[in-house]
Amino acid sequence: MNMTMTVIGKPMLRLEDPRLLRGEARFIDDIKLANMAEAAFVRSPNGHALIKGIDASAALALPGVMAVLTLDDLRPHLSGEHLVVGLPSEAYKQDRNRPALCRDEAVYVGEPVAVVVAENRYIAEDAVDLVAVDYDILPAASDCRAALAEGAPPVHRDGADNLLAEFDMEYGDVDAAFAGAAHVFGESFWQHRGGGHSIECRGMVADYDKPTDKLVLWNSTQMAHSSLRVLVEMLGRDENRVRVVTPDIGGGFGPKLVIYQEEVVVSIASIVLGRPVKWIEDRREHFMTSTQERDQYWEVEIAVDDAGGIRGIRGSIVHDHGAYTARGINLPQNSGETLPGPYVVPAYRMNVRLALTNKVPVTPVRGAGHPQACFAMERMLDRVARELGLDRAEVRRRNLIPAESMPYTKPLKSRSGAPIVLDSGDFPASQQAALDKADWSGFGARQQAALEDGRYIGIGVANFVKGTGRGPFEEVTVRIGASGRVQVYTGAAAIGQGTETMLAQIVAEELGGEVANITVTTGDTARNSLGIGTSNSRVTVVAGSSAHAAARKVRDKALLVASHLLELPVEELEIVGAEIRAKGADERRKNVWIALADVANAVAGTPGYALPGGVEPGLEATERLLFDAMPYVNGTAVAEVEVDPHTGGVEILSYKMTHDCGRMINPMIVHGQVIGGAAHGIGNALFEWMQYDAMAQPLTTNYADYLLVTATELPRIEVVHTETPSPLNDLGVKGVGECGVIPAAAVLASAIEDALTPFGVRIARAPITPPDILALIRAA
Amino acid sequence: MSATRTISVTVNGKAYEREVEVRVTLADFLRQELGLTGTHLGCEHGVCGACTIQLNGRSARSCLTLAVQADGQEIKTVEGVAPSADELHPLQEALSEHHGLQCGFCTPGILLTLLEFLDDNPDPSEADIRLAISGNLCRCTGYQGIVDAALAAAERLRGGAAK
Repeated sequence: MNMTMTVIGKPMLRLEDPRLLRGEARFIDDIKLANMAEAAFVRSPNGHALIKGIDASAALALPGVMAVLTLDDLRPHLSGEHLVVGLPSEAYKQDRNRPALCRDEAVYVGEPVAVVVAENRYIAEDAVDLVAVDYDILPAASDCRAALAEGAPPVHRDGADNLLAEFDMEYGDVDAAFAGAAHVFGESFWQHRGGGHSIECRGMVADYDKPTDKLVLWNSTQMAHSSLRVLVEMLGRDENRVRVVTPDIGGGFGPKLVIYQEEVVVSIASIVLGRPVKWIEDRREHFMTSTQERDQYWEVEIAVDDAGGIRGIRGSIVHDHGAYTARGINLPQNSGETLPGPYVVPAYRMNVRLALTNKVPVTPVRGAGHPQACFAMERMLDRVARELGLDRAEVRRRNLIPAESMPYTKPLKSRSGAPIVLDSGDFPASQQAALDKADWSGFGARQQAALEDGRYIGIGVANFVKGTGRGPFEEVTVRIGASGRVQVYTGAAAIGQGTETMLAQIVAEELGGEVANITVTTGDTARNSLGIGTSNSRVTVVAGSSAHAAARKVRDKALLVASHLLELPVEELEIVGAEIRAKGADERRKNVWIALADVANAVAGTPGYALPGGVEPGLEATERLLFDAMPYVNGTAVAEVEVDPHTGGVEILSYKMTHDCGRMINPMIVHGQVIGGAAHGIGNALFEWMQYDAMAQPLTTNYADYLLVTATELPRIEVVHTETPSPLNDLGVKGVGECGVIPAAAVLASAIEDALTPFGVRIARAPITPPDILALIRAA
Repeated sequence: MSATRTISVTVNGKAYEREVEVRVTLADFLRQELGLTGTHLGCEHGVCGACTIQLNGRSARSCLTLAVQADGQEIKTVEGVAPSADELHPLQEALSEHHGLQCGFCTPGILLTLLEFLDDNPDPSEADIRLAISGNLCRCTGYQGIVDAALAAAERLRGGAAK
């Protein structure tokens, strides 16, 4: 790594901002094509029902309605009826793939039954109300524990039971660890997380052009290439007859990494009608049809010695999977895999069962199972501290992996089969810095003084690690053409994390130092032949590393060609802005330079002329650097809260974090990611609850019933960054997008419990709402 | 159902006269009829604040306002905030400098809400600002960069320090 970096590491203003601030960005709903129709979906109002018939005649008679399509109407255009997208695993006991539209059974509220296409959305929604669907309502499985019980109603009527998958993770001699332990403590946790709630809902515009037989899908997705693959497979089309393009994306947060039924249905609607068709999810649909995280029920035991040293952990998780596999078993796999986290846990066993329920599928939301693991681990450590009369931070300190043990191998396998190796970081130092910043040692006096005033304040601490930058790769092309400007293309979509700026900084470091000379295109399948997409805090690691490598290749070639054209050795040349110049202040050399545009043109070829220096054509490089091992971010959160025992209200008095994500490409952006993540986690911890009734009917489908955190509930979040470069990539970077979320519920539970010490309240759930706190105080 | 009315509105200083269906929301009218797509729709039930515009200088939810209700009135949208094509408003500059936007989808509503607020409260506290934007949902930033930007913009608009 070049240690005299001039662009990387600078808090540069974002390239994205001007167009966003002027209202000139182009989000999916801003795309308006000539002759464009709009779609609205007929959706199941029942958690589980048979569909006996669909009568669209009244809808079709409405002026302005062009078509009402059911699965029967799609079939001539489908080579497969189901979206097969599940990540591979041997743990599946049932294949539950989503049909493009319901066949004769609906298994969650909101499942698409038919699509109406009309002149505009107003008419399309009128027509949706006129489509008569004859349902036979069936019993529904709502609670995931009940769904696994003997005699539970099957989520799918052809299912023998609702066990979607089961697996164990284990290492060490767990039984011996527990048999010989001085203390064993057991806990039961209910943990809930809600939906993604990007402020921009999902949406797409399918544009089928009959003369060229080409389909373009503009799609607000995190995964353009996955969307392409599904369209190619399900529509039986050639790759060069389908293109998926992402416009500006108004947030992702996980649910937009899933490929949905609508992508297939809206594409076919455009093919059938021979005109562009737009569908924009409304907020009620987002609650009902965008994937969510929901419930996990944990039973866990921890075995410790008299000093609080962990000997072993064992337990089981029941995970609400929803009605279909829209992503895989990865979420509870992350939870189980991450539980030992930053601690030395000599023996470990976790049984994980995924329950089908008659609800929208569960897939990762920012954090992806890690917050639940952190909550379970940190709650158990608080229990250990209380039972043994130790300081909560001290129990953690005794169990954190020491810095000198890095890299530290956990005898667990990640889903790629590679062992989990915590690559770098100083966990004890991270905790100590957070404690110092929060004046942990002075808190006892503050708490006593508050109590004397009749105020209940508490402090909590939580440590976390997060595997980031999941491989295998992300393709990046760097190209300089006749404009002399540097073009960067990647399959990863930009969903608000400053991806354009981050890549431009990395590329500019190698190619002239001027970010303004870089243009970045993200998430367009016509620009990159391969792509994975944006998820798992991965883009800076995988796309950033490929961009770095590609930019170096282009740099080397540009200098080589320039050396032929300028007749100077490569070592005497440098790229400055959009020019290649002779190094040094020598007067005679001041005028020795060539524009990058001229270098690019020289290797772009002229009919009948040889290329200078016998180089390969073109000033470009494409890289797909491969990664298997994941760089691990670590950090600590310390929060101080005040709880009102009369209302159950929680006020966060201070919230401080330490965070180490390796080298920061743009510290301003990293800081914003951590704070935004923390706010998301605080919302999960205190407010967000996606509620369903016993028939699996969603009860919270607007922002009056489902609460997102607002500015008045949040404290100023303080973050101290350290940079321990990851040894796993040349840039030394780790991911950052999800990390702020992870310790939030854990640290707030710890703090609230501490504040309510006089009442002896125990927190074993998230979210922790005021009514819950009042009930706990009454019960204590 | 498809009754129409002719309305006249002034948007960002420009006069428009259009025939609209009476059920069309002001947000859809601005976005689809006038092509001013900078005003965004996040919830369409009046909570998220992404669609906030100014109606006669007062912030309003354009998703809960019908286009016909705006007849004869002055509207300001995000497209009318910057003084020129190559200059940003101090609040826009501050939002960029304090990283008060990430995906940027809620930003237009934040801008129109805060511009009204800073007109009325040129020297606000952090708590005042948090209250002022408590009707705007942002999923990305945790609001902190927005609050910092508003404090900095207020100072700049008062003629204080440049940054």
